[in-house]
Amino acid sequence: MAKMIVVNEQRCLGCRQCTIECAMAHTDARTLAEALSLQQPPQPRVHVEAVGASGMPLQCRHCEDAPCLAICPTGAISRPAEGGPVLLDAERCIGCKFCLLVCPFGVIELSRDGKAAIKCDQCFERTEAGEAPACVAGCPTGALEFRDVTEWLAERRRQAVAAVARARLAAAAEEAKT
Amino acid sequence: MKKPEQRSVDPATVELLEYAGSCGLSVAWDRYEAMQPQCGFGQLGICCRNCTMGPCRIDPFGDGPTEGICGATADIIAARNLVRMIAGGAAAHSDHGRDIAHTLLTAAEAKDGDYGLKDAVKLRAMAEELGVETEGKDIREIAHAVAEICFGQFGQQHGEVVFTARAPEDQRRRWREARVMPRGVDREIVEIMHRTHIGVDNDPVNIILQGIRASLGDGWGGSMIATDVSDVLFRGPAWVRSRANLGILDPAKVNVVVHGHEPTLSEMIVAAAQDAEMVELAKSQGAAGINLGGMCCTANEILMRHGIPLAGNFLQQELAVATGVVDAMIVDVQCIMPALGPLTQRYHTKFISTSPKAKFPFAEHIEFDESRAMEIARQIVRTAIENFPNRKGEPRVPDHTNPLIAGFTAENAFNMLGGRYRSTYRPLNDAVMAGRLRGVAGVVGCNNPKVVHDYGHTEMTKELIANDVLVAVTGCTAVADGKAGLMAPEAAMKYAGKGLQEICRAVGIPPVLHVGSCVDNSRILIVLSNMVAEGGLGESIADLPVAGAAPEWMSEKAVSIGFYVAASGVFTVLGEPFPIQGAPEVVEFVCGGMEKLFGGKFAFEADPIKAARLMIDHIDRKRAALKLPGPMYEVPYAPRAAAEEPQAAG
Repeated sequence: MAKMIVVNEQRCLGCRQCTIECAMAHTDARTLAEALSLQQPPQPRVHVEAVGASGMPLQCRHCEDAPCLAICPTGAISRPAEGGPVLLDAERCIGCKFCLLVCPFGVIELSRDGKAAIKCDQCFERTEAGEAPACVAGCPTGALEFRDVTEWLAERRRQAVAAVARARLAAAAEEAKT
Repeated sequence: MKKPEQRSVDPATVELLEYAGSCGLSVAWDRYEAMQPQCGFGQLGICCRNCTMGPCRIDPFGDGPTEGICGATADIIAARNLVRMIAGGAAAHSDHGRDIAHTLLTAAEAKDGDYGLKDAVKLRAMAEELGVETEGKDIREIAHAVAEICFGQFGQQHGEVVFTARAPEDQRRRWREARVMPRGVDREIVEIMHRTHIGVDNDPVNIILQGIRASLGDGWGGSMIATDVSDVLFRGPAWVRSRANLGILDPAKVNVVVHGHEPTLSEMIVAAAQDAEMVELAKSQGAAGINLGGMCCTANEILMRHGIPLAGNFLQQELAVATGVVDAMIVDVQCIMPALGPLTQRYHTKFISTSPKAKFPFAEHIEFDESRAMEIARQIVRTAIENFPNRKGEPRVPDHTNPLIAGFTAENAFNMLGGRYRSTYRPLNDAVMAGRLRGVAGVVGCNNPKVVHDYGHTEMTKELIANDVLVAVTGCTAVADGKAGLMAPEAAMKYAGKGLQEICRAVGIPPVLHVGSCVDNSRILIVLSNMVAEGGLGESIADLPVAGAAPEWMSEKAVSIGFYVAASGVFTVLGEPFPIQGAPEVVEFVCGGMEKLFGGKFAFEADPIKAARLMIDHIDRKRAALKLPGPMYEVPYAPRAAAEEPQAAG
């Protein structure tokens, strides 16, 4: 079933642990210190933007009808697994930057060497092994979750219904008083 | 990106920010915006880096870790972080005081040195206070003895820092009972560092009490020594007229800006800049003369004693360079941005560091040495003069300044009220008792890009004086209010309430009194002690209808000042909160519990007018407790019944 990264921006404290975790999940370096000494230090695919006094992490939404996928002239962008993430093959990418231009969220950028585009891949290797994406696993406050879309919607409906039930109970209690 | 007028209310700053934006100059406000969002763990005080089992973060939402790896809770972590800020701030002020005490020793020992003893009256007063024999003694012997005692406060291990004796007995009793009477300036700072090491003090309140003890060793120790001994060396300030803002820079002259804190340096620069030979040299380079201006606290020191104009406050330091007419920016210690290094590379400005403790990127280091003070000062001024022909491009000096009066101290302010021969606090106390003056407030502190530049200081000041509260200012607040024209006597007619206006008219003072640099916050402690001693306003500082505030603070020094003021019995309102809001027990003590012990506490309120009203409410409560009448005249913010009072963000 389709899974998505859920952002609870009220929980984001702007610490950017997610960016560090993301970068480290996409490098062969085993420690941060090693990563920093590389010719091409690893690159995070998630960005933390300021929203008022707090932060909001933003990464590829793996759109169902992805504009980047539609526009790519070389077929470098595809969705290999149904319900799975939208992936970008750096080998096929020619760096034309059309995907950058059409992404509504600004979460595709150029790799440090400028030769290809780069974006979140939902850590598909980790998720296939049953782990959460690195940003989700690393977030110290639960501002990022990796949730099944259907389940998340069901939970949201339960919350809505519970709110109605509570309101009904409160109104009945008021009635009973008078 | 915010527009210049959203970043500052000062017209000179807005003008230069427009210029900076147009040529891609990075200034503090830009770097502040690039830093967003700032880390919430840091802001809440719940990140600990005191050992390498960590770094640890407490999850403020309660789902993740609620303790560090050693078991420290959010309260322990935040308390440790807070008192380490006090240590940093107290160390800065106290090192300044130590340096000044050392200069006094030098002046006493070197018969023909560059440092004199310009205030024999103050020296004798201190000698008497300290039990130093003056009968038949040469002034240098007296100075030597006083210097030894002052210098000795720093390394003292036992007993009490001697100048705490100036505080009212009630306050000292509270300090002894709470076990926060400082034993020696350095000792208390060292003990903070010890107690906050992993596995030492793990009781949040106990930790904070040590912080308070160190802050008292600053306010009644290091800073007070800096103030008093600076007066002895360089003369106790007298009332002076001057001007403030970047408009004091003069494209036709050699502009020398001295920035930092210690008058040991700036006094010598003043003398060198006024030296006839130097002025001739300047003229030979095509300049009309030498124009000296100051920034930050050293500016306040030379303003108070010599009327040297104020170029600007903390956030304006880069903008001074951007005018293109500063031939030398001379710095010593504290509040100097390393950004000045790369910035001055783009202009002809020589960035000159002078302290072995404070080196900067791209600075030319001309190390200052007291034993060759004038020689080095002249060398520095010569460097500025010789740089005059190297100016590049069009000058961009904003045509904004305002006149001001400065130079008020605990001693001389009351000469004004009682007349030259009857310096007394009686008229002040009587004015407060009658309600002509509702109370007194100290508004102090820095600038911070989190607050619209100068808006916090000026709005709070105006709200207080409109409500008949006399305001004393120091540091960057004083510069802000000076730039806004609030320290000119005419400001009373424009902004002050009727009661305060009457006093200002009668005595000729402005409604806002400049009492000096940040170490001169110690002058405010003396004023408060004298008000208590004069009588009629209670038995302790905590009884006085007074309040303190730092609407735009940013530095660790401000944390130390805040604590020594609150622990001396004064309700203190801060703009930016302390970084403790992830630690409920710490917040409760600092904004509540400490009042029972010391008679003073903190509140946090970002809006300067709301903050001013919190101070006024507090002042009104103190008046009521003393059974004093309300304000004599109608005031815009009338006294409220206790139940109606708004609560601070806390």
